[in-house]
Amino acid sequence: MNQVNQVAESLVLSAEQKKRARNVGFAYLGLAVITMLVFSRRPGDAGFRLTEGGALLTLPAQQIAWIFGLVFVGLGSAQLWRGFGKISNIVLALATAMFVMSFLSWATAGESFSLVGMLQDTVARSVPITLGALGGILCERSGVINIAIEGMLLAGAFTGAVGASLTNLWFGTVIAVLTGVLLAWILGVFSIKYRVDQVIVGFAINFFALGITSFLSFRVLVPNPDYNSLVPVMPISVPLLSKIPFIGQIFFVQTIFVYFSFAAVALLTWSMYRTRWGLRTRAAGEYPKAAGTLGVDVIKLRYRNLLIAGAVAGIGGAWWPIGTVGRFDQNITGGRGFIALAAVIFGRWHPVGAFSGALVFALAEAVRLKIGNFDTGIPSEFLLMAPYFVTLVVVAGFVGVSRAPKAAGQPYDEQ
Amino acid sequence: MKDLLKSLRYTLLALLASLLVGAVIIVVTDIDALKVGDYGKAFSTVLTAYKSLFEGSFWGVRSISNTITGTTPLLLSGLAVSVAFKAGLFNIGATGQMLVGGMTALWVGFTMSGPGWLQVPLAVLAGAIGGAIYGGIAGVLKARTGAHEVITTIMLNSIASFLVLWLLKTTVFQREGRPDPISKLIADEAHLPRLFGFLEGRSDLVAHSGLFVALSATYGYWYLLTRTTLGFELRATGLNSDAAKYAGMKSKTLMVVAMLLAGGFAGMAGATEVLGTYGYASTSLAGNIGFDAIAVALLGQSSPIGTLVSALLFGALQAGGRSMQAHTDVPVDLIIVLRALIVVFVAAPLLVKAMFRVKSQVSAQGQTFRGWGG
Repeated sequence: MNQVNQVAESLVLSAEQKKRARNVGFAYLGLAVITMLVFSRRPGDAGFRLTEGGALLTLPAQQIAWIFGLVFVGLGSAQLWRGFGKISNIVLALATAMFVMSFLSWATAGESFSLVGMLQDTVARSVPITLGALGGILCERSGVINIAIEGMLLAGAFTGAVGASLTNLWFGTVIAVLTGVLLAWILGVFSIKYRVDQVIVGFAINFFALGITSFLSFRVLVPNPDYNSLVPVMPISVPLLSKIPFIGQIFFVQTIFVYFSFAAVALLTWSMYRTRWGLRTRAAGEYPKAAGTLGVDVIKLRYRNLLIAGAVAGIGGAWWPIGTVGRFDQNITGGRGFIALAAVIFGRWHPVGAFSGALVFALAEAVRLKIGNFDTGIPSEFLLMAPYFVTLVVVAGFVGVSRAPKAAGQPYDEQ
Repeated sequence: MKDLLKSLRYTLLALLASLLVGAVIIVVTDIDALKVGDYGKAFSTVLTAYKSLFEGSFWGVRSISNTITGTTPLLLSGLAVSVAFKAGLFNIGATGQMLVGGMTALWVGFTMSGPGWLQVPLAVLAGAIGGAIYGGIAGVLKARTGAHEVITTIMLNSIASFLVLWLLKTTVFQREGRPDPISKLIADEAHLPRLFGFLEGRSDLVAHSGLFVALSATYGYWYLLTRTTLGFELRATGLNSDAAKYAGMKSKTLMVVAMLLAGGFAGMAGATEVLGTYGYASTSLAGNIGFDAIAVALLGQSSPIGTLVSALLFGALQAGGRSMQAHTDVPVDLIIVLRALIVVFVAAPLLVKAMFRVKSQVSAQGQTFRGWGG
């Protein structure tokens, strides 16, 4: 009987879900139209370098556009007719990849560029967004809104740069971690203890970090350049894994920061859903009263999660000076903390979801940096805004309503 | 009235507290003086810095003019964030809305030729409409698909900045004979009249009547919130959208309306910048104003009078900060630190009370923003 009910439930989709499924179907058809009308316009072969050395994949841009366009038509019709059920997310990811591919073929038609380099760059750039987003998830899953990600990243980048310049890279990273922890502790004291609005404190921390790092960089770093110059870490090739063709180069010839972010995503996913700590964290974020009644020390739990989040975000900040450019510049994070926030919401407060969000945003950045070199006949500004536009469409069409932890933003009253 | 005085007193105490912390920051970062043990110099830097900060914001007509110029866009864009907060939405998109509003106002400003009394209001209106439409996109997306406004407004900011960059290179907008993205100048009649225009030969007094646009918008916001059904419904939705829905309010329509209003305010901010401060548009038209506006709204707790006071405070700090940087070696970025400290101290009355040992009841504050919605 119970089983029958379940089957009935799964058959009767809610109106909301039906609407979403329909939207997705129309979006596939939209992709088909764009691909076939726009991306089929430029003749020539697009060359994608698949390894650092040479191996070139040449794709005929026009034919690719037509083929993928027809596939999109098929996907759209299938979606509108039956839907893809359990595999709809996989289909969506595939469709996005195909769309990006036909876009790139169109843009590079007649030329060639290093696809492997661009994807490698994407993975590297995802580090601060991923780590920032993990910091956000840690806080918000336990019921504290963390708008201060940007501030933690920026402050971590600053102290990381100074610490590493004065001593060594390890020390710099540790200092960056401590800075993130300090800011998180401030956020905690104000929002948990003094019960100040979490958004206000978070934003004040962002402002404070922006102000103090810019101030110090003018007042201290400019007159003393040796406080702000270091040799960043080199990429490490993981034995065996880096030998996998194509994939190996992208994921396993990276700096230690990238490997750390992979590990952090895996660890957080596991501990959030498989450990007692994770269960308690989620309970504190959804219904702290119930968690408190059952003996969870909600206040202590929130503090602890905040401090861990600060540490993770601090490492994300240290990525700028120590993982890439070797110095600190004013407002070097450039709003990546807010992108991380967007990744948290995009990924529905799940570490893996946020990681995929971070990869999407990082890909947008990498494509943007590459795209300036292409001459397509369309103003480059439109190509540059395309990634943001695609994100908008993806969020509106596919992701839709993301439900936040219920108690996020509310101070906890211990009675 | 008594409440107002009380909250003003706390704001002043908070300002004082943040100036104290700022002084400590100035002293401990004066590395050259501290290295040789010249503490006197370090402390005298604080005095000269704060003196020029004050003089640069209020001392003399020129300083007041600069303060007004800084306040105007902060107030308008602050309202853009405030009205969204009231409806329970977090508008990070004031920057994009300002850019679009600035461009539409600019277009009216240089294509139309007519008497100023007609052209200026039309151009400001065009700015408001442009901004409103752009803000409305985020509202519609949220209402129709549930896409979170934090994501959509951030993306719309980036899209707007590239859109403006492109527009500024088209023949319609680009100034003749210029290779860089900079717009044509608006017609003379389209300029917002300068406030101190009656003083002969003082072209350094740049304050313009955009201030009155901002003040009327603030009045309009107050009227909306306190005297209209729409304002009541917006506040109700912001406080508890489920209850509001249960009471028969159309929360989705209200979402769109709130974002339209927010965009309209921000669009006016862009318009007054183009028509009053610059007279043309460039890519740096919006600067950091959209970001500062969030602090303005948070400090003012999204209320009309609070937004006004905090915009004035921030505008004064900005004007003073420039003169501080010009007269001492203290960078203007100290202002951002001071702003952050003020926001924290105002938001945490308990802390200020402890610092100054003030004995009185401070009413607990509500939340600006109820979680992430859903």
